[in-house]
Amino acid sequence: MKRFLLLLPLLLFVVLALLLYRGLALDPARLPSALIGQSLPAFRLPAVENPQQLITQADFKGPALVNVWATWCVSCRIEHPVLTALAARGVVIYGVNYKDERGAAQRWLAEFHNPYQLTVEDAQGTLGLDLGVYGAPETFFIDAQGVIRYKFVGVIDARVWEEQLSAQYQALFSRAAP
Amino acid sequence: MKWTALLLYVFILPGVLAAIDPQVFSNEQQRAQFELLTQELRCPKCQNQNIADSDAPIAQDLRNEILVLLKEGKTNPQIIDYLAARYGDFVRYNPAHTPKTWLLWYGPFVALSIGFVLLITLVVRQRRRHASAAYELTGAEQSQLKAVLDHHSPKQRHD
Repeated sequence: MKRFLLLLPLLLFVVLALLLYRGLALDPARLPSALIGQSLPAFRLPAVENPQQLITQADFKGPALVNVWATWCVSCRIEHPVLTALAARGVVIYGVNYKDERGAAQRWLAEFHNPYQLTVEDAQGTLGLDLGVYGAPETFFIDAQGVIRYKFVGVIDARVWEEQLSAQYQALFSRAAP
Repeated sequence: MKWTALLLYVFILPGVLAAIDPQVFSNEQQRAQFELLTQELRCPKCQNQNIADSDAPIAQDLRNEILVLLKEGKTNPQIIDYLAARYGDFVRYNPAHTPKTWLLWYGPFVALSIGFVLLITLVVRQRRRHASAAYELTGAEQSQLKAVLDHHSPKQRHD
């Protein structure tokens, strides 16, 4: 017992050192979404291509990706061909045009390919706020029930898709099955 | 005096105005609330800035949103919960008291208490050892001590 007590400080030190060492490896910029496990927030906003048409959360039918983009967002331009390729392979993608101008967004979708089933116009950023968006591009993974299961911040490129996101997308379907 | 005013205009005021736009507050209390909230909430985009100090567009959006919520008459905890529900606990510079943060809030006090208890135990034990050591001489030691004292006791002086 006495012997063990002598070792206690060393033990405490080792535990603390391991804890702090683990902390070094964590990415402080990683900000997990507060919305994982929750349904898409309710919204009622015009469609970019047809502003008379109002889109609500019920129109985003999962399993799907919800991609937040804008014409002012430089990385979105890099991401766009990747999304187009994914859409061509059958991945369902919805767009949220975040704090943008209607004309610019319409031109973007007309000039480049349009990978989105539907694109909702979030000119005021209200949907973005409800989604906890802090910088485009951001992509949410929603399952068949419209529940957010995963969020990816940053540009989706071919490698990221193959290495992490493809599995997340497939997981949406296995959730939908039972 | 004129120079001071000029310097104020050139260097100080633009900074103040950039941080908090000439936004209209209904009353002084609302302004105080706004300042408190923007200093206590962390900008999600930037690592170590609150939304009062950050120039990131998202910080500007959140400042506007806080103003709107204030005008709706929301209280400070309501506004903080509103933003934390969207951006996560990351935005709180003042973490909430939940089971998840108990270690963070109370851990230091627990560690300090353990330290105090250890210190007191050690001191008491040491004292007791010193105290008891003085009284615990075996019979052989007693007689040895007596012999030494007798041997060295001051002899009568011979003048």
